[in-house]
Amino acid sequence: MIELIKDPWHWLAGGIIIGLTVPVLLLLGNKKFGISSSLRHICAMCIPANIPFFKYDWKKEIWNLFFVAGILIGGFIAARFLQNPNAIIVAEKTQAVLKGYGVTDFTGLMPLDIFNWKNIFTLKGFFFFVVGGFLVGFGTRYAGGCTSGHSIMGLSNLQWPSLVATISFMVGGFISANFILPVIFKLLL
Amino acid sequence: MKNIKYLVVGIFFGIAFVKAEIISWFRIQEMFQLTSFHMYGVIGTAVVTGMISIFIIKRFNIKTFSGEGIVIEDKKFDKGQIIGGLIFGIGWAITGACPGPLFAQIGAGFGVVTITLLSAIAGTWVYGKIATKVPVKDE
Repeated sequence: MIELIKDPWHWLAGGIIIGLTVPVLLLLGNKKFGISSSLRHICAMCIPANIPFFKYDWKKEIWNLFFVAGILIGGFIAARFLQNPNAIIVAEKTQAVLKGYGVTDFTGLMPLDIFNWKNIFTLKGFFFFVVGGFLVGFGTRYAGGCTSGHSIMGLSNLQWPSLVATISFMVGGFISANFILPVIFKLLL
Repeated sequence: MKNIKYLVVGIFFGIAFVKAEIISWFRIQEMFQLTSFHMYGVIGTAVVTGMISIFIIKRFNIKTFSGEGIVIEDKKFDKGQIIGGLIFGIGWAITGACPGPLFAQIGAGFGVVTITLLSAIAGTWVYGKIATKVPVKDE
């Protein structure tokens, strides 16, 4: 059994567990599945700076911060105790493309060529951590949700604005992965 | 403490994130390079599971464990879903993470993602600061 858990999970298993989060949160307390809001609550809690957008009763939403803290702990448990003993299997075509960009590490979930403390004061680190993170935080709030709030919760509830959002996420991702990243890699690696 | 249950749900969710490799930067590149079905399978299955669950909850008028009626507000359309959506999508392919996986990546030992998370918080803050000045957005 533990071997089965340690192997990478099939997409069907992962998808079902993630999808079940929707009814579980509803049944536990009428909570709507959504993760990017946690970033807003953190702002409202720590650095509201008198901005109207952050003036609301974040204490009512604190369940969301418990939820994301759980995700962090879950990540720790999975990596520490349920780790896949083998290297990740990346599609050959993508491997070839990434090698062409200068990525050399294909052993873990993230390439250590990029996601490494060594890089924090380099242009590479600035782009992948600071710029990338900023776009994620700014974009999700502007869109009113992320993959969880729109793509999973919104689509599950048949909300067409969430479909528009999801299509926009995907278009942005396609442009970024196929047209922006190649240029950035050329400049930085 | 009544919020502990959400922590527990988050833990299971975080484990699924790592084990189904959704937090992997590589899986995100594959998705956007159309070289693997994996991410489409995960998201598609999650949506179908959520859809069936919500259908059942509505159809049988299922209440929360404390007996409250379940209410899900409709999402209102505005241009933010397109402009913000594109901006987030660009960031998604760069960081290999939407907000959820950021937390799981940090937990899974990629400590440097803390910088990405802090920057995402900064991005949210800047959005809040200029929220009244960006094209059509209420809240």
